[in-house]
Amino acid sequence: MKNKTAFIQGNEVCARAAIYAGVGFFAGYPITPSTEIAEFMARELPKRQGTFIQMEDEISSLCAVIGASLTGCKAMTATSGPGFSLMQEALGYAVMAEIPCVIVDVQRGGPSTGLPTHVMQGDVCQARWGIHGDHAIVAMTASGNQELFKITVDAFNIAETYRTPVILLLDIPSEGEIEVVERLRTAVKQGVDFHPYLPREDGRLPMSDFGGVHRYNVTGLFHDMWGFPSDDPQVVHGLLRHLADKINNNVDNIARFKEYYLDDADLVLVSYGSSARSALHLVESRRRRGEKYGLLELQTLWPFPHSIVREKCANARYVAVVEMNLGQITKEVKEAVDRPERVYLLNRIDGVYITPTDIRNMLRVIQGRGV
Amino acid sequence: MAYDDYIRKRFFPHIWCPGCGHGIVLNALTRSLDSLGFDKNEMVMVSGIGCSARISGYVDLHSMHTIHGRALAFATGIKLSRPELKLIVPMGDGDALAIGGNHFIHAARRNIDITAIVINNRIYGMTGGQYSPLSGVGVRATTAPYSNIDPAFDVVEMATAAGATFVARTTTYHVREMSKFFQKAILHKGFSVVEVLSQCPTNFGRRNKAGDAVHMMESYKNGTVVAGSADDVPGSGKIRRGVFVEKTAPEYCDEYARIIRVARKGA
Repeated sequence: MKNKTAFIQGNEVCARAAIYAGVGFFAGYPITPSTEIAEFMARELPKRQGTFIQMEDEISSLCAVIGASLTGCKAMTATSGPGFSLMQEALGYAVMAEIPCVIVDVQRGGPSTGLPTHVMQGDVCQARWGIHGDHAIVAMTASGNQELFKITVDAFNIAETYRTPVILLLDIPSEGEIEVVERLRTAVKQGVDFHPYLPREDGRLPMSDFGGVHRYNVTGLFHDMWGFPSDDPQVVHGLLRHLADKINNNVDNIARFKEYYLDDADLVLVSYGSSARSALHLVESRRRRGEKYGLLELQTLWPFPHSIVREKCANARYVAVVEMNLGQITKEVKEAVDRPERVYLLNRIDGVYITPTDIRNMLRVIQGRGV
Repeated sequence: MAYDDYIRKRFFPHIWCPGCGHGIVLNALTRSLDSLGFDKNEMVMVSGIGCSARISGYVDLHSMHTIHGRALAFATGIKLSRPELKLIVPMGDGDALAIGGNHFIHAARRNIDITAIVINNRIYGMTGGQYSPLSGVGVRATTAPYSNIDPAFDVVEMATAAGATFVARTTTYHVREMSKFFQKAILHKGFSVVEVLSQCPTNFGRRNKAGDAVHMMESYKNGTVVAGSADDVPGSGKIRRGVFVEKTAPEYCDEYARIIRVARKGA
């Protein structure tokens, strides 16, 4: 592949990256615009002794993925908004039982069937709060194919490191050495009492594969260190704290972002996914005219990196969030910065990509210069 | 006795009501596991939600207590990922055939080597006695206070039609038969279904004047008939027990292994 440029779809990049990361199991249900990932996996996984199955719906797809992960293999599914809605139940189970897996949501526009073949970034908040109950979650995104490869591998790495589901939010229908991390497996020997849900001091929880020497219980109920159901207030409190802290205490380790011209920027654009590309285009053209624009591109959306956003926006006169929804990340940016009244939302919500010209025109309105 | 080895005593006492049939099913299951003599590390039990689903926590196997109705979907992931493992999935009637009905027919259709045990007490016990798709017309439940108008599924006919390659029915009265059917089902290569009629005196019996647990078990003794026996005559009004399907068909994991061989030849 040296010195060759290939034009490939984001879905295929994501699928190739998953193979690179060592995915061994894929279960899914056909849905536009994510189907290419399933098709790729059906073709490629068996060549690598891996397993693909098309399940009867998205509910069972994520269930099968979680089951496969428990046997020790990296597992993923891919879907779009309506399927992602159906997966919320099993997603909550993966959070509670701490099962590593990756869920790709190739976003479409709007609720329900919405705009199946167009693009929006409408599922950002669903990724954060789609499932019931307090919890922490990791959601990531990327603006271009090369970045998407790295972020997909990162998604698997974070899933395995923190024993958590990771959501990959894509809106791209369309090198170097990347480290691949394996999950932490228990060193407890056969015959010694194994506590499958007793975290180490650093919050990590070594796993034992189903079919191995430790037989233990996995449940979606609150559970004690043996994985057995418990409603002891101390156990419940301890587990809920653990589930939140293992993610929230590692925000800096999980946060992925890119920054462009931020050192002296008066106006900081904050964006992610495909809209970050338009934002970067505008920033670079304004820089050529001597205007001090900068871009903070977020690749990890959840847990939201509040302290990073605050630091990067500290010297800006204006902060403008560019996204293709009604301001799902703008709310978080306002919470992060010192002067929320200086944060503006620049968006499109009509299923059409936001262009550099769109961003420029909206900025002129904010700056009182008219379109 | 040796079947004790299959129980996690640490998690006792169990949650079931006095007279509940689920303990009898657990007993018969541990006896059949003991007779089969597989390595415990090769066996996985996956369950959904409900009284019956708690069985998975009490057995000393790899155990997964999942979400309502989805146990077969989780089990499919485990089995396909590690085909050498034996998968046993105990489910209640609502778990298996209401919320889980779609997963049930598709697991049967694929003929994936999983043993599904449908413990049919004709009621949602854990939530306090609502009618299930197996309650049948005329039954009283908290959500059918004037009697139920929902016709019931026949688990045996449904599993057969969906493609299960081993289908049997027994009751909690017929414990030796139950243990024998479990053994056959677990040894069977393909999707196997054993329906066990089980009493819920607390939430079915009281509301339907079916008596206590003993009365309900007596009705299994008197109200059922061995399929193919001399008493098995049309119009007897009795529920038929026995093995209704036992056939060979391509098993899903075997078929997938073939796909891997084909794909790797081209690779």
